[in-house]
Amino acid sequence: MKRVYPREEVCMGCKLCEVACIVEHSLSKDIIKAYKEERPRTLSRARVEEEGPVSFSIMCRHCIDPECLEACITGALYRVNGDGPVLVDPRRCVGCWMCVMACPYGSIELDSRNGRRVISKCDLCPDRRMPACVDACPNRALFYEER
Amino acid sequence: MALGDRWSNPFCNFIVDRDQDRCIQCQVCVNQCPYEANFYRALDDTVVSDHALCTGCHRCKALCPTSCITIRLNPSEFRPHAVWTERDIKNAYLQAETGSIILTGIGCDRDYPIYFDHILLDACQVTNPSIDPLREPMELRTYLGRKPEAVEFEFRDGKPRLKTQLYPQLTLEVPVMFSAMSYGAVNLNFCEGLSRVATEAGTYWNTGEGGLHPDLYQYGKHTIVQVASGRFGVNKDYLDVAAAIEIKIGQGAKPGIGGHLPGEKVTAEVSRTRMIPVGSDALSPAPQHDIYSIEDLRLLIYALKEATEYTKPVSVKIAAVHNSAAIASGIVRAGADIVAIDGLRGATGAAPAMIRDHVGIPIELALASVDQRLRDEGIRHQASIVAAGGFRNSADVVKAIALGADAVYIGTAAMVAVGCTLCQKCYTGKCPWGITTNEPSLAKRLNPDIAAERLYNLLRGWALEIKDFMGAMGINAIESLRGNRERLRGLHLTDRELNILGIKHAGE
Repeated sequence: MKRVYPREEVCMGCKLCEVACIVEHSLSKDIIKAYKEERPRTLSRARVEEEGPVSFSIMCRHCIDPECLEACITGALYRVNGDGPVLVDPRRCVGCWMCVMACPYGSIELDSRNGRRVISKCDLCPDRRMPACVDACPNRALFYEER
Repeated sequence: MALGDRWSNPFCNFIVDRDQDRCIQCQVCVNQCPYEANFYRALDDTVVSDHALCTGCHRCKALCPTSCITIRLNPSEFRPHAVWTERDIKNAYLQAETGSIILTGIGCDRDYPIYFDHILLDACQVTNPSIDPLREPMELRTYLGRKPEAVEFEFRDGKPRLKTQLYPQLTLEVPVMFSAMSYGAVNLNFCEGLSRVATEAGTYWNTGEGGLHPDLYQYGKHTIVQVASGRFGVNKDYLDVAAAIEIKIGQGAKPGIGGHLPGEKVTAEVSRTRMIPVGSDALSPAPQHDIYSIEDLRLLIYALKEATEYTKPVSVKIAAVHNSAAIASGIVRAGADIVAIDGLRGATGAAPAMIRDHVGIPIELALASVDQRLRDEGIRHQASIVAAGGFRNSADVVKAIALGADAVYIGTAAMVAVGCTLCQKCYTGKCPWGITTNEPSLAKRLNPDIAAERLYNLLRGWALEIKDFMGAMGINAIESLRGNRERLRGLHLTDRELNILGIKHAGE
């Protein structure tokens, strides 16, 4: 399946991928409204990791053998069509956050903004041809492709 | 320093005008400004700017996802004075503080006449047909190097064969080459972009005096290597791998001045390529200390030709100065195959502002006088002329070729193609666009793939336009345009200027 792959050599840590992710997953999909009006503000599912000059954007790898899925006690995490993206059904998520513990990439965000503990993770932007972060990257440091 | 103090500089050049209604505090501007002009104030969750630190590079504005930033010239003006301009006052303040030479980057930004803008091109009407370049073949191929006095043929097996042995030539598919920009002054990503595009587009890039990084040896067939006064990075492999060798005497941005690459820019890779210790200042002497005369120059030209077994042309690059024509004549007689002339508007990574702005002459005048002098002396065929310094578009290229250039070098135009906004702060080594910096976190802002694409597109666009110009003039090979000053007319020029340029006034 297609995944989002970072290219560390040309990631400049601008974090526009995070901005794009927030906007795409907001209610209004309007950048000003998403940041200034919508409360609680949407969480970014991509996160730029930085240490010195090294930086790259990391989000769910949609692993072949997802450890989060193994760890999920309610079946809230599921895989589309057996080998598609790993998604979460927030109605079934009980906020045990075992998946957060299990994810080797730290790509699952804790979400307790609405007074209820759930998780938030990359869904590869089902409404778009290209994930928002990939489109937003000004330096082609993100690729969406089969590997 | 208290925040209040940081706002207090009343003489700043730019104002970072931020529309707080649109600012979403994403801090992209904060992480993109290498001068730390934008910063986040947690106290009230606001991003604010210190105008005094802004260099006007427009990086923040370009990347702001809500377009909430406008960079404005500081509208606050000094009391008007016809003699003491704002620039003079600010320079005096700066020197009173620092006691040192004022450094700057890029080329001369003063309002001297640009002769290209006073030259108009001809087109065919009725009496001779123009050519449609989309329907008919157009020849842009240019050969650089010494041409024979005459060619002789002989017939072998009933077929004509060339008897004359030709001198080594550079073959250009488009008469535009990338000017010397040294690795160190610019980073490896930019060098990679240049070298890849030179290879793909069938032209040449120039290493400058920074040596050739081992990763770029693969592009050697499209590389002109420079031998400059500091001799940085010069070795046998360097000479062997190149397509041509250029002896740098001077450059347009700072004629008579040597190079200075600050130690901060000398990273491990730069040090390896230049063959100097990490962190040491790379100082090129002002002259080449083994060249104090044309005779000395001849020795170096032939030393380099010997070293490469006469397989590649040798170029000599000079800055356009008062006696360029006589100097060029000497250079050709010394055995150079190419004479490169860099005009007043030629750029650099670092130069004293006074030198940059006040030394040298415009390339148009130097080019016209050099071409005329070499013709008058009957030695024009012995060397090709490459013009450099201030080429902004294809029209400038066409005009230069009609004034007598074989090809041109572009440097600033190539940098602009990959993002440069001419903020003139190259010498700080903090280029916000990732071009003239070796700081790893900044250099990676220039993705070599994107750079290569954009440079290729620029060359392609110019090539198409050059063909358009030629078609309009009814010329189907660039050779027929070279030195064809009859196709040029001057506008708003004095007789003296027209005379030097060797062109008629419009209407004549």
